[in-house]
Amino acid sequence: MVVNTIHWFRKGLRLHDNAALRDSIRGSDSLRCIYILDPWFAGSSNVGINRWRFLLQCLEDLDASLRKLNSRLFVIRGQPTDVFPRLFKEWQINRLSYEHDSEPFGKERDAAIQKLASEAGVSSWIIELNGGQPPLTYKRFQALINHMEAVELPAETITAEVIKTCVTPISDDHDDKYGVPSLEELGFETEGLTTAVWPGGETEALMRLERHLERKAWVANFERPRMNANSLLASPTGLSPYLRFGCLSCRLFYFKLTDLYKKVKKNSTPPLSLYGQLLWREFFYTTATNNPCFDKMDGNPVCVQIPWDRNPEALAKWARAGQLRQEGWIHHLARHAVACFLTRGDLWISWEEGMKVFEELLLDADWSVNAGSWMWLSCSSFFQQFFHCYCPVGFGRRTDPNGDYIRRYLPILRAYPAKYIYDPWNAPEDIQKAAKCIIGLHYPKPMVNHAEASRINIERMKQIYQQLSCYRGLGLLATVPVNPNNGTNGSSQVPVGSVEDTSVQDVPPRAERTQSTQKRRHEDALNEGSSKSWRQSK
Amino acid sequence: MKRSLEPSEQQDGGGTSGTVKKKSLKKSQKLRRDKHSEEEGGLHWERLPQEILLHIFQYLPLLDRAYASQVCRGWNQAFHMPELWRCFEFELNQPASSYLKATHPELIKQIIKRHSNHLQYVSFKVDSSRESAEAACDILSQLVNCSLKTLGLISTARPSFMELPKSHFISALTVVFVNSKSLSSLKIDDTPVDDPSLKVLVANNSDTLKLLKMSSCPHVSPAGILCVADQCHGLRELALNYHLLSDELLIALSSEKHVHLEHLRIDVVSENPGQQFHTIKKSSWDAMVRHSPKFNLVMYFFLYEDEFGPFFRDEIPVTHLYFGRSVSKDVLGRVGLTCPRLVELVVCANGLRPLDEELIRIAQRCTQLSAIGLGECEVSCSAFVEFVKMCGDRLTQLSIMEEVLVPDHRYGLDDIHWEVSKHLGRVWFPDMMPTW
Repeated sequence: MVVNTIHWFRKGLRLHDNAALRDSIRGSDSLRCIYILDPWFAGSSNVGINRWRFLLQCLEDLDASLRKLNSRLFVIRGQPTDVFPRLFKEWQINRLSYEHDSEPFGKERDAAIQKLASEAGVSSWIIELNGGQPPLTYKRFQALINHMEAVELPAETITAEVIKTCVTPISDDHDDKYGVPSLEELGFETEGLTTAVWPGGETEALMRLERHLERKAWVANFERPRMNANSLLASPTGLSPYLRFGCLSCRLFYFKLTDLYKKVKKNSTPPLSLYGQLLWREFFYTTATNNPCFDKMDGNPVCVQIPWDRNPEALAKWARAGQLRQEGWIHHLARHAVACFLTRGDLWISWEEGMKVFEELLLDADWSVNAGSWMWLSCSSFFQQFFHCYCPVGFGRRTDPNGDYIRRYLPILRAYPAKYIYDPWNAPEDIQKAAKCIIGLHYPKPMVNHAEASRINIERMKQIYQQLSCYRGLGLLATVPVNPNNGTNGSSQVPVGSVEDTSVQDVPPRAERTQSTQKRRHEDALNEGSSKSWRQSK
Repeated sequence: MKRSLEPSEQQDGGGTSGTVKKKSLKKSQKLRRDKHSEEEGGLHWERLPQEILLHIFQYLPLLDRAYASQVCRGWNQAFHMPELWRCFEFELNQPASSYLKATHPELIKQIIKRHSNHLQYVSFKVDSSRESAEAACDILSQLVNCSLKTLGLISTARPSFMELPKSHFISALTVVFVNSKSLSSLKIDDTPVDDPSLKVLVANNSDTLKLLKMSSCPHVSPAGILCVADQCHGLRELALNYHLLSDELLIALSSEKHVHLEHLRIDVVSENPGQQFHTIKKSSWDAMVRHSPKFNLVMYFFLYEDEFGPFFRDEIPVTHLYFGRSVSKDVLGRVGLTCPRLVELVVCANGLRPLDEELIRIAQRCTQLSAIGLGECEVSCSAFVEFVKMCGDRLTQLSIMEEVLVPDHRYGLDDIHWEVSKHLGRVWFPDMMPTW
């Protein structure tokens, strides 16, 4: 029987460590790699131009890599539920493969597609993992990780050898029918668009990975890099957008970090904190996977109901952040400061609003990580202490005393001396005149009096948490409940999670795990979901 | 209650056919009803005693109670029993300024009409809109028949009471002051309350007032609050801003006639950079401690770094200390020297110089310290371990941001939590922030 395969690219936009693709090639006579894109969606969705450009560059890169293997990428315009029946028929497909998407909407969409596929007699090849009860605190998550099996090695890269005799029928008009669209075709205005600070694609990702690992000194001492003015600028070795789009495999990153650490530290066990960036992603994916309301406050079982203010004017002012809009990225500490300012620190605006702005502009904001981080930073979940507020002025002063970051992204303040660049509204009149920027005229006055706002907001947070924890004492720290199963008193606000249960069932949706102290028996593997299981439907 | 039928009843006959029919009709009805009761074990929902209904209703949230009240007359009566209307929280929100639902205006009308004289413990939660604050005042002005014990005015976002014309607010509030005469607990933070209205409060409620929270009430003067302290000898809890604190106030609160003060909360807030603050004499604090040896002094500071001049020069009996902005190393050093009663210390931010010495000194001299929180600060790992060792397991709350700890030759970031856990006697990790 002739086997004609479609591999559907969604997030794993790469040829290295793509187990779903590699496995579905075996025994296939023809292979077509597709990406489904709805051009109308481009215009209406909350996705900014930087993100679209990044995606298109990823697709171009995939296409280029596939060309070297005598294949091509097929970009199909439309919606998956419309597109697939047509393709199944036209190309006589009997095998469909894709990498599992654990986010709630992904799961819903894929369930629909699987149904379509089985109706058309197409077998689906998906790598899937069993779910469980997600751990609700990061510390608990780390404890779980320590007890899990070792991570599997990355799947071999798709090369000519892997492809062997599998062909891709390419028509002469492939570029017209299935070529990667340009930004203009999607309806974007590209005049005045600066060069991408973060070029998309697997090739770029792998290059950056090598450069990232070259910073041996950092890994060797494993010091957290001290924040300075330079850290705030986009790094040429930064990887977060590539992880998000799947141009870089988490597994590959994990193994390369581990190898390097072992080489430099002579075979000692790497600490969990080495994989911080990866673990945080997994943590948020895990907590979000069964919660379609994860990105909202209302109806979200893990989110504290906080009486945020509706203030569109202040929100609009906040959203004009320079670097974020221009480049699609800001340093994570800057994100903390900015998120804190919008929510519990100063403006008391809902984290959902901030999340939407990040979703539009940030290259590395995936659904789970974005929503989860916003909830974390606004102290809406995960039992975080709320006493530490990033003072917008103080934070800047401590990190970048000379104010270079401000000068770069807010050029109107360029001429201010370092002493006043973080609070230009406090500068005496003659200084403002000399800097040719009068506050209130050329640059707006501050939105809030930070001291007053802090005072009010800390009181609000305290009130809310006291209700949650039923704590009636005077301490500030004790108002935050530590144990998720503690102090509920019938309140429906406290997140419920059976965190204290034997957590062998808890598994992160992707197969990212670290060194374990115990090995599981094979028979238990399927129940615990600690191994992958193939699902092949008829 | 089961009612079994005697066979004789059934067989009872006699009389005309008509009456027999009637009798048998009645009997059959009774039969049906009794059969019902037999089947259900004799339960009559409609005959549940009011006391039991009340007890059950008290467990139900308001909406469920309201549904229950629609079932039958008996349950409707139970719904309106006075005991169920002693406590009420009015939630006043506008869709344009809040995501939360508001108490239904019809319900508010009903309460004022039928239950205002039952209300005893009342609070108002308002959002940041002026309309909500106005609605609250409107309700307050109608609570003429109320004898409130507790009143709380709570702004859940921006302080909208401050946007009202002062006279409007005052007149609404004084309705309650004058009519209640037995106010025990009053929370009026962030409101335009003033000295004259405090006088009215005192004139009517001086015997019963136990708790008064009025942080950030800019129209009150030190004289105004002194009047309260002088007359309300039962005052146990007081919260106010530093500009209202005076030596006279502390002396008044320590007079013989006064009960022991349990809790004094003071917010020190900077209105403008470079603001000057007055000092309180050590002797005034000493008098307080002599009079109320167990009292808790909670101080929240929201100052610029260079405004701390007058503070922490003399010994001060503060128990809970929060620095909501950046505080200098120097001031934290002084805290160690002047705060022997310190129980909790929380620091939002400090700077990039390690607080090693200052922490050690606090561990040595603040022997009651059981809770500490550090935000944007720096402490070397060794000093931190030393600190924890000295405090031992009296530290029930230890909340340190991961970024605070600076690795040194003795400890790295990955082994410090074991060291600390050892000395604390429980598993401990620093607080983390997600790295994207």
